[in-house]
Amino acid sequence: MTLWIIQRLLQAILVALAMAVIVFVGLHLIGSPIETLLPAEATHEDRLRLIADLGLDRPLYEQFFLFLKGVLQGNLGISYVYKEPAVELILSRLPATLELALAAVLLSLVFGVPLGLMAGWKPESAFSRVIMIGSIFGFSLPIFWIAILLIMIFSVQLGWLPSSGRGATQTLFGIPWSFVTLDGLRHMVLPAIGLSLFNISMVTRLTEAGVREAMSSEYVRFAKAKGLSPRRILSVHVLKNVMIPVVTVVGLDIGQTIAFSVVTETIFAWPGVGKIIIDSIGALDRPVIVAYLMLVVIMFVIINLVVDVIYRLLDPRIRLQGE
Amino acid sequence: MTAMLEIRSLKTEVVTSEGRVTLIDDINLELAAGEVMGLVGESGSGKSVTGLSIMGLIDKPAQVTGGQVLFKGKDLRNLSEREIRSVRGNRIAMIFQDPMSTLNPVLRIDTQMMEVVHAHEKISKQAARERARDALGMVGIPSPEERLSAYPHQFSGGMRQRVAIAIALLMSPDLIIADEPTTALDVTIQAQILSIVQKLARDKGTALIWITHDLSVVAGLAEKVSVMYAGRIAEQGKTADLLRRPMHPYTNGLIASLPAHNQRGSRLKQISGTTPSVANMPKGCAFHPRCASATQLCLSPPQLEPVEGRLLRCFHPVMEGASS
Repeated sequence: MTLWIIQRLLQAILVALAMAVIVFVGLHLIGSPIETLLPAEATHEDRLRLIADLGLDRPLYEQFFLFLKGVLQGNLGISYVYKEPAVELILSRLPATLELALAAVLLSLVFGVPLGLMAGWKPESAFSRVIMIGSIFGFSLPIFWIAILLIMIFSVQLGWLPSSGRGATQTLFGIPWSFVTLDGLRHMVLPAIGLSLFNISMVTRLTEAGVREAMSSEYVRFAKAKGLSPRRILSVHVLKNVMIPVVTVVGLDIGQTIAFSVVTETIFAWPGVGKIIIDSIGALDRPVIVAYLMLVVIMFVIINLVVDVIYRLLDPRIRLQGE
Repeated sequence: MTAMLEIRSLKTEVVTSEGRVTLIDDINLELAAGEVMGLVGESGSGKSVTGLSIMGLIDKPAQVTGGQVLFKGKDLRNLSEREIRSVRGNRIAMIFQDPMSTLNPVLRIDTQMMEVVHAHEKISKQAARERARDALGMVGIPSPEERLSAYPHQFSGGMRQRVAIAIALLMSPDLIIADEPTTALDVTIQAQILSIVQKLARDKGTALIWITHDLSVVAGLAEKVSVMYAGRIAEQGKTADLLRRPMHPYTNGLIASLPAHNQRGSRLKQISGTTPSVANMPKGCAFHPRCASATQLCLSPPQLEPVEGRLLRCFHPVMEGASS
């Protein structure tokens, strides 16, 4: 197991390296950030000085090796725009995004799994049909439209919930979080729902399909022949088998949700990392882009590690490589 | 002696908006406590459906539409869902064909065994576990205490079927319905499983309905045998008697097609034609298109009638000496 984790981490480093190369080459091809950084009245000397300051006068490979040297010293560069270390910039915004994405994924499990179980258990019932049709809407309606609708109903018409910002935060382990204060929670409700509708629908449909498949399996028939109650069959025999695909997809989905949250963050003015990365791409702020993508790679690797371990717990037939 | 299980004119159909298709019809069986009956037929003859119908485990869109399943005098068809659950796995247990798929792959053996005990009896975890362990020991699984914590994939096919049998035996049921439990196994394993079940059933006085397509299995195991064809019982009687002198042309053909009855070098005998599909049953006797002695009479349905100490559904029984 340890060996397996080390393997995974080495793979992650390789992926991060390859990604850094691609970002360097790609941004170099798109153009220079100088024009957007310089004030309109800048002279030719200002311009040359800025290029030298940022190290953009050196050949690309040299810039890359300088960057690598920095990485080894724990320094991913300084933002061209904000003049702050890129890592700190992202880390200051990341908790907001993470907590929103995790809230959305949590909602998708809390609602999606039971709804899917019900729909799969009695597929003929009217309630199940409503769930399944509803999930099609959740799938196909665009997030920005749902988000605007939520604001219209719950903030504008009913005035129940705030529509923008993060609300009061409280520091936990040195990081400010919204979910620990009531005001923060209230601010989180609408964006989290907006972000999770797609996920709820997906988890619901996935669970439903899994339950229907499991219900026609021999082990369920045998469980019935053993005289077990429907509740026991559903919550133990079926659920544990159904959770295997659900965990896979939800794991992949956490990454997706963070990417999607750019849209949601914009609409709800949620001060997450999505806004910063969009601005940085616009300004060709290379240190921020590279640092962000590296963090994303690390995050994905960690998510996948966790998914694999959960897998292993759910299905005893799965052995991790090197075990 | 009153019968422990008595099945009267049991009928199971697939009911859809387009109409009904009969899977089994007019099934009549009687089983005394401790008795072993073989239920023999080809694939699609309705023998598994019969087993599941007795248990009330027929899945939609099929359903039991007629007849009675009298178990110790009570009609199981009239019981509520809760009442029939207290019979299943407790008084009547069932073993299925494919041991690779009947055990839940993600649950440990002890979980899958102890839940049966807990479903039917108020008993401590410790006691349930002990009973599970003893049952595993009874079916010949070495070091049962350790094996309890194993998962199904850590067992071979034969061992898994032993586990399934141990589960069936947990509550010391009055009846076990075994649906081709040895079909998916190697021949040597088949023989072991057969002898385990035979011994345990005899020791515990458990009655058995052994569903199989293999007449030779029935020969050594069952006192009575019912031969099914196209969802109906063709012939039913004492095993020795029926095997020695089959009266239904279908039974006769089945026995004649056993390789053991064949002269070395000569062609194997077979019953010509194929089993009819349930959606397209021949009129009258379902066997008549394949039957050498069929006449005009066979276009009307024959009834199951007592003939010479057995039940027979045929207008033209095979007579002694006239065997093909």
